[in-house]
Amino acid sequence: MTTRAFQKIYTKIDNITKATVTLRATGVGNDELATVGGKLAQVVKIMGENVTLQVFAGTEGLATDSEVVFHGEPPKLRVSDNLAGRFFNAYGEPLEGGQAVEGEAREIGGPTVNPFRRIQPSELIATGIAGIDLNNTIVTGQKIPFFADPDQPYNAVMANVALRAKADKIILGGMGLTNDDFLYFKSVFENAGALDRIVSFVNTTENPPVERLLVPDMALTAAEYFAVDKGEKVLVLLTDMTLYADALAIVSNRMDQIPSKDSMPGSLYSDLAKIYEKAVQLPNGGSITIIAVTTLSGGDITHAIPDNTGYITEGQLFLRNDSDTGKVIVDPFRSLSRLKQLVIGKKTREDHPQVMNACVRLYADAANAKTKLENGFDLSDYDERALKFAHDYSEKLLAIDVNIGITEMLDTAWSLFAAYFSREEVAIKEELIKKYWKEA
Amino acid sequence: MKTTGRVNGIIANIVIVKADGPVGQNEICYVWVGDTKVMAEVIKVMGDNAYVQVFDSTRGLRIGDRVEFQGHMLEATLAPGLLSRNYDGLQNDLEKMDGLFIARGSITDPIDFGAEWPFTPLAKAGDKVSAASWLGEVKEQWVMHKIMVPFTMTGDYTVKSVAQAGNYKVTDTVAVLVDEEGREHAVTMVQKWPVKQAVRCYTEKPRPSRVMETGVRPIDTFNPLAEGGTGFIPGPFGAGKTVLQHAISKQAEADIIIIVACGERANEVVEIFKEFPELVDPRTGHKLMERTIIICNTSNMPVAAREASVYTGMTIGEYYRSMGLKVLVMADSTSRWAQALREMSNRLEELPGQDAFPMDLSAIISNFYSRAGLVKLSNGQTGSVTFLGTVSPAGGNLKEPVTESTKKAARCFYALSQGRADSKRYPAIDPLDSYSKYLEYPEIRAYLDEHIEKDWVDLVYEGKTIVQRGKEANDQINILGDDGVPVDYHERFWKSELIDFVILQQDAFDEIDANCPIERQKMMYKMVIDICRREFGFADFEQCSQFFKGLINLFRQMNYAEWQSEKFNNYLRQIEEYVKNK
Repeated sequence: MTTRAFQKIYTKIDNITKATVTLRATGVGNDELATVGGKLAQVVKIMGENVTLQVFAGTEGLATDSEVVFHGEPPKLRVSDNLAGRFFNAYGEPLEGGQAVEGEAREIGGPTVNPFRRIQPSELIATGIAGIDLNNTIVTGQKIPFFADPDQPYNAVMANVALRAKADKIILGGMGLTNDDFLYFKSVFENAGALDRIVSFVNTTENPPVERLLVPDMALTAAEYFAVDKGEKVLVLLTDMTLYADALAIVSNRMDQIPSKDSMPGSLYSDLAKIYEKAVQLPNGGSITIIAVTTLSGGDITHAIPDNTGYITEGQLFLRNDSDTGKVIVDPFRSLSRLKQLVIGKKTREDHPQVMNACVRLYADAANAKTKLENGFDLSDYDERALKFAHDYSEKLLAIDVNIGITEMLDTAWSLFAAYFSREEVAIKEELIKKYWKEA
Repeated sequence: MKTTGRVNGIIANIVIVKADGPVGQNEICYVWVGDTKVMAEVIKVMGDNAYVQVFDSTRGLRIGDRVEFQGHMLEATLAPGLLSRNYDGLQNDLEKMDGLFIARGSITDPIDFGAEWPFTPLAKAGDKVSAASWLGEVKEQWVMHKIMVPFTMTGDYTVKSVAQAGNYKVTDTVAVLVDEEGREHAVTMVQKWPVKQAVRCYTEKPRPSRVMETGVRPIDTFNPLAEGGTGFIPGPFGAGKTVLQHAISKQAEADIIIIVACGERANEVVEIFKEFPELVDPRTGHKLMERTIIICNTSNMPVAAREASVYTGMTIGEYYRSMGLKVLVMADSTSRWAQALREMSNRLEELPGQDAFPMDLSAIISNFYSRAGLVKLSNGQTGSVTFLGTVSPAGGNLKEPVTESTKKAARCFYALSQGRADSKRYPAIDPLDSYSKYLEYPEIRAYLDEHIEKDWVDLVYEGKTIVQRGKEANDQINILGDDGVPVDYHERFWKSELIDFVILQQDAFDEIDANCPIERQKMMYKMVIDICRREFGFADFEQCSQFFKGLINLFRQMNYAEWQSEKFNNYLRQIEEYVKNK
């Protein structure tokens, strides 16, 4: 963002608030970038000659005579193959020094893909985690968040998913990441020798919160370059979208907007949708898949952030601590992948849909048995067996540290069926039972 | 001369324009951003400042940029050639747009102005006509598309001449009308209508008196939707709103289906794009797409156009209704439309109502729902617009403003419950919370008496009571334990489960079960009610649950079997046998 010759420099700011400055200027375009006293800012409101700028890093230390220079263009990212393997801040500037990336400068937050030109997603993404691959299969072009409490290892799970997924590029958008988590991501990618296919845009807790607002758009502009121009399969990881929404709330509050539910701006749904809807399966074979993290407070999904997210994304993955096995599992009841129907039993073995449903149903029976036990009622023989099944199912399949192929997951499920149930109790189509039943 | 103006202020997609002449509320204008023009609508006027909402991105817009007012409100183009098209919220044809992305200011024709249509006259010289009178017709797909006196022509006219049968372009004059002062008016096959105004070119709007069959059992049997009626489907995410709407759009007994995808996921629309051109409508043998118009303004498309999309859909519906057709308009989801209103109201700094929605939300919603209805046309024929909307209540809480406002306006309420969705009981329509006011209409009662069976409504209420009593019994069982209640509590509970599994649940992904014609519904329902009326006198609760589990299994197999096939009849015999041998 260098300044150009003959640029007008303004030196009189009229109003300064915590996040914005207002000054008199002419010839300014909406959404345009500017530098205010050396800090990056963006035009958010123009009323006649009065231009209001949102200063990303906050207005601390700015004075009424600070220099204001308008850049004449909205935020852009230089895109080229050289993005791969690099770490950037929220403005798309290289972290830890390093050469700036040469390439075409593209506006971030660009236009929408014409829905009529989209292709129906149909390619499976294997992660090795049965709670995902078996019960909630993810497909390229899908958008799905992890709903997790802050104490759960969602970043570790996401890093695992990213490395196992056979994506051509992985783009990490980190919002309010702690420095420790950032270094964790970095070392995991480094150790896996995957750095050359990873691009990161990171705003850590050390950076001003409003800067976060640029991160998803930066990450998705890079993703669109690789998916649209290069026809690659791109996986975008966004963590943590709750902190992104919090930054939206801060800005809307400073702009005197009337808050709606949970102090969130009234436009939260549209703001989130603009990001998530960038997930797409393209006709050229390229795709953008978004896996995000939305942290919950005390598992409450009725809060405006997870609630709006749920209406936008194609399902959600819940992490839960299973007290019986002491492991973190992907909750089979509350998790959902809306696009799994497009691949299960078609791209995977024919028994996949039925085995998946039977497992969840039997697991539900175990949950009922547990309630019975807690309420002091007697357990039947079936209840006892269901509980044992649930323990094994949780340990051998649902736990996030399991890493096996989908066929092996199905075989494991069949051996668990045989170990604890009769064929009738499992209630799967006759022909599948004949083919796959494993005598205990 | 048209009014022009200059941009004087910009707040996101609200632009303040200093106008040099008269400006009308809701007037359309074009704002020039560099060398592209984007459409906008006037939403407030203060002195010579017009506040306009731009239906596109305002990035890069500057103070002093040029604005041209158009002298009319947001209009839909109505002419032959609308069917099978895929529009955005402003009726731009998405298929005609170039490139992968929707570039700013993409404007495409809603119809093909070059195409010729085989016109047949219906009126003759000397006929007295008024707005919406039929002058002629052309065949559009398999629909006889009536060419009408434009809706905007008020007063009475005499036909001077009508074109001979032959091929014409939509812009060719097909009739000349003379008004009461003797002035001549040429009429073409294309007309325009402001989308936010209801088309009122009919003689009467009677109460709905027929049922619209949807093939969805919990709707048709338990809470029927009337032709020309209104209904809405609220439900938390994951409860199956969209799957249910898709099922209805595939199966409903309507001539024309208009699907408004309003602020929802793009991949869901892609599913319609992919499926509808291939699926066949069993009633007519034609492809579903031939009777369908899709208005698609997904969640990432401009917010203001989202608000316009529902009106565009409704206006096209009213146009086909005036041809004497049965139209079903569906919007998914009206909450996104309400949120668009909220964003606008917020930027205008209006004093907010509940949850920051505009104060007049309730009025706007009921005004919109009131555009649906059965109407009597001036030639004595009838046409109808049936409207079905979904609502996405925040946090799944039905006590929020959009749900509550819609509840006041819509006559059918299909509440999707999280509990039913969690236990995979689909469609998750809650049998106790949901209702259809049409069951109380004497007209509908008479219709059902005639078309299904005498006193059918009483039978429906009987089933509802069984479900209610079953739920109460189940609550007791859960509190007191299986042994803590008399056996007939279990029987009551299992009878309600029988209705639930056989009638209320339906597999939308199964080819046979997905669509259940009314004749089949009648037979199944009567069988189930007949069993519920019996007293079995079980020895203990285990015998009771075992009996019903077996029975439910047989009924479900029957639901999956083709109507009156060998397999179907086989299950029928098995059930009779099973019940007799108890």
